[in-house]
Amino acid sequence: MKLDHTQPLEYSTKQNQLNILGFWIFLGAEIMLFATLFASYFTLEDRIGNGPSGGEIFGITPVMIETILLLTSSFTIGLTVNAMRIGNKKAMLTFFVITLLLGLAFLGVEIYEFYHYVHVGAGLQTSAFTAILLTTLGTHGAHVTFGLFWGLFIVSQVKKRGITTETTNKSFIFSLYWHFLDVVWIFIFSFIYLKGMM
Amino acid sequence: MEFFDRFAIPHPSPLIYASMVAIGLTVIAIIAGLTYFKKWGYLWREWLTTVDHKRIGIMYLLSALLMLFRGGADAIMMRAQLSVPENTLLDAQHYNEIFTTHGVVMIIFMAMPFIMALMNFVVPLQIGARDVAFPRLNALSFWLFFMGAMLFNISFVIGGSPDAGWTSYFPLAGNELSTSVGTNYYMIAIQIAGLGTLMTGINFIVTIFKMRAPGMTLMKMPMFTWSALITNIIIVFAFPVLTVALAMGTMDRLFGTHFFATTNGGMDMLWANLFWVWGHPEVYILILPAFGIYSEVISAFARRNLYGYKSMVGSMVIISLLSFFVWVHHFFTMGQGALTNSIFSITTMAIAVPTGIKIFNWLFTLWKGKIEVTVPMLYSLGFIPIFTIGGVTGVMLGMSAADYQYHNTMFLVAHFHLVIIPGVVFAMIAGLTYWWPKMFGFMLNERIGKWTFWFIAIGTCVAFFPMFISGLDGQARRMYTYSESTGFGIWNMLSFFGAILLAIGFALIVYNIYYSIRYASRDIGDDPWNARSLEWATHNPVPDYNFAITPEVSSSEGLWDAKKRGHTLFKGPYKEIHMPSNSGVPFIMSAIFFVFGFAMIFSMWIVAIISAIGIFACMAHRSFEQDHGYHISVDEIKQTEAKFGGAKE
Ligand code: HEM
Ligand SMILES: [Cu+2]
Repeated sequence: MKLDHTQPLEYSTKQNQLNILGFWIFLGAEIMLFATLFASYFTLEDRIGNGPSGGEIFGITPVMIETILLLTSSFTIGLTVNAMRIGNKKAMLTFFVITLLLGLAFLGVEIYEFYHYVHVGAGLQTSAFTAILLTTLGTHGAHVTFGLFWGLFIVSQVKKRGITTETTNKSFIFSLYWHFLDVVWIFIFSFIYLKGMM
Repeated sequence: MEFFDRFAIPHPSPLIYASMVAIGLTVIAIIAGLTYFKKWGYLWREWLTTVDHKRIGIMYLLSALLMLFRGGADAIMMRAQLSVPENTLLDAQHYNEIFTTHGVVMIIFMAMPFIMALMNFVVPLQIGARDVAFPRLNALSFWLFFMGAMLFNISFVIGGSPDAGWTSYFPLAGNELSTSVGTNYYMIAIQIAGLGTLMTGINFIVTIFKMRAPGMTLMKMPMFTWSALITNIIIVFAFPVLTVALAMGTMDRLFGTHFFATTNGGMDMLWANLFWVWGHPEVYILILPAFGIYSEVISAFARRNLYGYKSMVGSMVIISLLSFFVWVHHFFTMGQGALTNSIFSITTMAIAVPTGIKIFNWLFTLWKGKIEVTVPMLYSLGFIPIFTIGGVTGVMLGMSAADYQYHNTMFLVAHFHLVIIPGVVFAMIAGLTYWWPKMFGFMLNERIGKWTFWFIAIGTCVAFFPMFISGLDGQARRMYTYSESTGFGIWNMLSFFGAILLAIGFALIVYNIYYSIRYASRDIGDDPWNARSLEWATHNPVPDYNFAITPEVSSSEGLWDAKKRGHTLFKGPYKEIHMPSNSGVPFIMSAIFFVFGFAMIFSMWIVAIISAIGIFACMAHRSFEQDHGYHISVDEIKQTEAKFGGAKE
C-alpha cells in the first residue's frame, strides 16, 4: 500500500481517495432522492383530503429542539474530524460519541413528533399530504437511524484499531454523510415546517 | 388455508401449469447436475464469490441472454394472439400480463444487464485499469440485479404477474383495479434491481474518473468509455427518482397510503410524472452505450479514426442534459395546458439535433474509410437507416398537437421498437460479437453471424413497419384483439411473420455460440480484428490482473499508436500487483434481499423483518471486516506471461 504523506490520513491511499469520491457521488444520488421527495411534497402539500393541514399539526417547540440538536451534532462531527486530523484519539472519540448522542436525542424527539401526529389524526393513511409528510420526514429519520449504527461501528473501530488510514477514511466519510443530513434538515425545516406554519 | 390462497395464480391456464412443471424440473436438473459433476465448489469459488469485473460481465451477459428469451417468448405470444382478428389464443387478462412482463423484462432485465455486461467487461480494459474502483460493490450490484430479475420472473407461477403495463400507471396499478400481488412484484423486484444499477453508476463514474492509464486524459478516452461515463452519470441522477416512485407505489399498495389514489387528496398524475422523469433518461441510458459501441465498431472496420471526436462527446453531453427535460412528451394528452405541451415539444425535437450530429459523424467516418463488412460492422450499417426511421417518427410523436392522433396507437409501438431494436439490440449483438474473442478466446462464426443479421434486420422491418400503418388507421396498443371489419388483420399477420424471423435470428445466435464453441479456432492472437484501443493490447483470454504492466498512452487509440507509430505501451519492469479478494457476502446479502422482497410482496411481515435484519447484519459484517486483498508476486506474473506466449516488457 502506497502512502502519500502530503495528504491527510483519510486521503493518503489510492483506495481512500476512491472511497471519498465515490461517496460524494453517492451524495449526488441522495440529493436526487430528497429532491424527488420535496417535489412530491410540494405537489401534494395542499391535497389534505379530510385530514388536517400542516399548519394545524406542526408545533414549533419540537421542531426547534430537533433543529438545535441536529445542527449542534453537525458542529461536533466537524470537531471530531478536526481532532482526528491532529491525531488526538481521545478528543476524537469524545466528540464522535457526543455527535451520536445528539443524533439519538434528535431521533427521540422525532419519534415523539410522529406519535403526536398520529395522535391528532394525521397518520400515514389519512391523506396524500400526511403520507408525503411522514414519508419525507421518515426517510430523513431513517437516514439518521442508519447513521447512528454506522457511527457506532466506526467509534468501536477507532477505539480498537486507533487512528489508521482506514478508520480516518471511514470517519471522514461519515462526517460527510452527517453534514449532508443536516443540510437536508435545513430544507425540511424551511420548506416544510416554516412554510407550513406561515 | 387462507394464508396459502394468495400464492395461487389468479388466472391459471394449462400453459402456466406446464411452465410450473418445467421450472421445477429445470431447477431439479440443475441441482442434480451440479451435484453429480461435483461442480458446487467450482461454482462458488469461481463465480458466486467472484469480484472480477470480467467474470461479473460474463454473468450479466448470460442473464441478459436468458431474459432475452423470456421476453421473446412473451413477444411471440402477443404477436400470435394478434395475428388474426378475434383470436382466442390468449384472453384479455393473460394478454395484459404478457405485455407488462414483456416490457419490464426487455428493458430492465435484458437491455440493462446487456449494457452492464459490456461495460463491466470492456471499460476497465479500455482504460488500462486492473478492475473497477469498488470490486466488491460491483459484485453486489450484479447479484442485486440478478435476484430482482429472478423475483420478477417467478411472478407468473406464484401469485400472478403484474398486468398494468410496464409503465404501471395509477389508479390502474392500485389495489382496487389490480387485485393480485402482481403489481407488488413490479414495485419490489424493480426496486431491488434498481439499487444494484445505482451502485454500478457510482462505481463506474469513480472508475473512469480516477483509474485511467497514465496519459489518458478525458479527451483521450475511447468513445465507448465516454458513453459509459455519461450513461452512469444519467443513472446516478435518474434512478433515485424511480426509487422514490416505486417506494410510494409500494406504500400505496401495501400500507394503504394515498399518494396516487383518486381519493383523500391522492394524485395519479404524480406517478406518471415521476415515472417518466426516470423513464425518459432511462431510454438514453439504453441508447448511449449503444452509440459508444457503434463508434468503436465503425472506426475499427472503416479502418480509420472516428470522425468528429469532440462533437461526439459534446452531443452526448447535450443529450444527457436534454433527456431530463422532455418527460412530458409521454403524456401530452393527459391534460396539461397548451403552453406546457409546447415547451416539451420543443425540447423533445431539440434532442434530434445532437442525435443527428452523431449519425453524420458515423457517416463521415465511413466516407473516407476502407470499409470491411464484418458481423459487428453489418449491425452498425443496418442500425443507421432503421434507427433514423425510428428517430424521425419520434420527432413526429414529439409534436404535441399531432400526438393526439398517434398516442397509444401501434404507431407509437412502431416508433420505440424501431429505436430500441436497432439502437440497443443491434448494438449489443455487435458488441457481443466484437468483444467475444476477448471474453472467451475464440471468434463467433462469421457466416452464421451474417445469416443471423439478415434474419434480425429483415424481421425487425417486417414486424414493425406495418404498425405505422395500422396505428395511423387507429389500432390502439395493448388491445388483446380486434374485429375483422377494422382491416387490421393483414398488418398484424405481417408483424407476426416478422416476429418469427426475429425469433429465428435469436435462435441462430445461440446456435452460433454452440457452433463456435465446438469448431472455432483457439489460435487467434490477442488482436484478431486489428483493432485500435487498449482492451486488445492484453492477452487472450485476459489474465486475472488484466495488464502485467500498466500501459501508457498518448491518444484514444493506444494500441493503434503502438502498432503503427512505434509508441511503447508497456514501460518498465514488472511490479507486484495488488488484487481484491473474493467474497461470498454480496451473493448472500442479495439472496436475503430476495427473501425480503418475496416477503414484502406477500405481506409476510415477520419474514420481512427478519430478512431486513439479515441485510443489515451483512452490512455490519462489511464494516468490521478487515480485508486487504492479496498480492501477485513478480515471479507469478512472469510465469503467467510466459504461458501466454512471450512477456510484454
Ligand atoms: C430522436 C429522438 C426521439 C424522439 C424525438 C422521441 C420521441 C418520443 C415521444 C414523443 C414518445 C411518446 C409518444 C406517445 O406516447 O404518444 C416516445 C415514446 C417512446 N420512446 Fe421515443 N423518442 C426518441 C428516441 C427514442 C430512443 C432513442 C428510445 C430508446 C432507446 C426511445 C424509446 C421510447 C419508448 C420506450 C417510448 C414509449 C414508452 C411507452 O409509452 O411505453 N425513444 N418517444
Ligand atoms: Cu421519452
